[in-house]
Amino acid sequence: MLMAAVLRRTAVGILTMLLVSILIFIGTSVLPGDVANIILGQMATPESLAELRSKLGLDRPAYIRYFMWLGDMATGDLGISKAGSGAATIGTPISELIAPRLTNTLRMTAIVAIIAIPLSLSLGLLAAMYPGSRLDRAITFTTLGLISVPEFLVATFLVLVLAVHMDLLPATAYISGRETGLKLLKALALPTLTLVIVASSQIMRMTRATVLNVLSSPYIEMAILKGVPRKRIILRHALFNAVGPIVNVIALNLAYLVSGVVIVETVFSYPGLAKLMVDAVQTRDLPLVQACAMIFCATYILLIFIADMASILSNPRLRHPK
Amino acid sequence: MSELSNSSTDGNRTAPTGSSDIDHANPVAGAGSSAFEELPDAPPRRKIRFSIAGKIAMGVVAFWALMVVFGPTIAPYHEADFLDEALFIVPGSDDPYPQTDFQPPSGVAYLGTDYLGRDTLSRILYGARTTIGISLISTFLAYLVGVTLGIMAAIGGVVLDSILSRVNDAILSMPTIMLGLVVISAIGSTIPILIMLTGLIYASSVFRIARAFGLDIMVSDFVEAARVRGEGIWWIIGREILPNMIMPMATDFGLRFVYVILFISGLSFLGLGVQPPQSDWGSMVRENLSGLPYGAIAPLVPALAIATLTIAINMIVDDVSAHSGGKLAARMI
Repeated sequence: MLMAAVLRRTAVGILTMLLVSILIFIGTSVLPGDVANIILGQMATPESLAELRSKLGLDRPAYIRYFMWLGDMATGDLGISKAGSGAATIGTPISELIAPRLTNTLRMTAIVAIIAIPLSLSLGLLAAMYPGSRLDRAITFTTLGLISVPEFLVATFLVLVLAVHMDLLPATAYISGRETGLKLLKALALPTLTLVIVASSQIMRMTRATVLNVLSSPYIEMAILKGVPRKRIILRHALFNAVGPIVNVIALNLAYLVSGVVIVETVFSYPGLAKLMVDAVQTRDLPLVQACAMIFCATYILLIFIADMASILSNPRLRHPK
Repeated sequence: MSELSNSSTDGNRTAPTGSSDIDHANPVAGAGSSAFEELPDAPPRRKIRFSIAGKIAMGVVAFWALMVVFGPTIAPYHEADFLDEALFIVPGSDDPYPQTDFQPPSGVAYLGTDYLGRDTLSRILYGARTTIGISLISTFLAYLVGVTLGIMAAIGGVVLDSILSRVNDAILSMPTIMLGLVVISAIGSTIPILIMLTGLIYASSVFRIARAFGLDIMVSDFVEAARVRGEGIWWIIGREILPNMIMPMATDFGLRFVYVILFISGLSFLGLGVQPPQSDWGSMVRENLSGLPYGAIAPLVPALAIATLTIAINMIVDDVSAHSGGKLAARMI
């Protein structure tokens, strides 16, 4: 039964991914303004446009282009950057542009996850264990504030305090790829800190809500009534039942981190994938936008899939959908 | 008798019980012997009691609402005006051409000037109308589309429901910012495009909630009763489904509005939302980011303006959903 549920979710995940790829393709290809126009710009004549379109395969019907694009993407050929973010990058294979950027983004988000998850789990758990206490109220109030402000406020505030007034860290996180050790850490510090703050407040709130939810269930009440010590209730009864929902919370929040990454990389001009994508949107480099969007969406769907799996594995009742 | 008349309204609403929170005491039942037609149509609503934070938050929201209407009228300068150098000449100094950009707050510009020497306060006041206006219209559009399709899915049968839900799932499984970036890269960014785009993106989350509520209400006893009485489908939508959705959806509207403000300011901050010279809080942060290393407050003021508004709305929503027993909050995560 478990196998069947996992297979079903996997199939749904793949189907969603296909639907998303169609949405991205429609979004960038069928709407007015095609790549041939952008490349030729002022020099476009009807003849040169037609020639370039047939060279790029733009004269074929949309659904054929979709399958060609999907096939290329599946075999790892991400295509060629067509508009280019500057003269030097026109005609560069997209995979070459993306590879170093992807490493940078993954490095930053990995550090964020390593710091944010244990920190927010323990604070969220503490808040849930003593609901209504001063600590709990401080945590809920601060995190409510933090999740309702834009990421760039957190970022600018940190720059103002830590970089400008205290002069501890550099205000931008530009790295060329050759930095090592302390210099790299210093460059990464501010963007990482911003994302840790943004992600932790979400995870803290959701952890608190999840654990409180478990603590209000009948079997906990039963344990309290039969006189089980508080510590034992939390560690033996509540924690195991909260693990699934908490993994769910973590995976979901790592997925939400995508938009935070876009903003933070722009604020600090960090050379990551999101910055590449924002630049590509500004220069209307559609193939590059498509490739980046596919990577981000695939990560997002994968994380949501993990979140789903966690809840299935932890709650047998979800294995038999009605 | 009283049981029957109560069941046609929301079960959450209890009869008036004064200030006590005893909910099993039912004064209507006490008057059970009186004639049926003397019963009120619906029990009066419990009043929402706002916390101190909630009251302050309502003040903040009211303030910004006033600024949307009167902001441009009371602004000391126009949003695109460059302040004259003559205004910044320090008495006694012999420099006739002082700097006008990134000036600290003074009697000339109460919140200082921006990177081009424009008055920050005036731009905030003009920007209030742009930012809040666009966000509000987008949220209304999201609700119009989302609720209409949600109710259609709830009452329109299995085929329609599964088509709408599949497409909706695909939209929801993309990060909103990605959808925004993809569409803007293809068709550019003007204010009508921005409103349509945001409205449609957020319609998908509204759809999910509206559909869930719609399905819930459709299987309830009072809808069944209405059907048995022979009421038409429009009557049921207008008199049973919509009134029962309004309260829970109202709190969701607040949350959604916050997300929309953050989304639109995020896009503007990336330079892909509202285009200059029009002032908008998100793009104001971006434009003035270069002043940050010199300690200019120009980038911080618009960011704080967004924060006051979004935090205030969230606090009001918190109070309202605590009033409805917190069940709504759980439903909306």
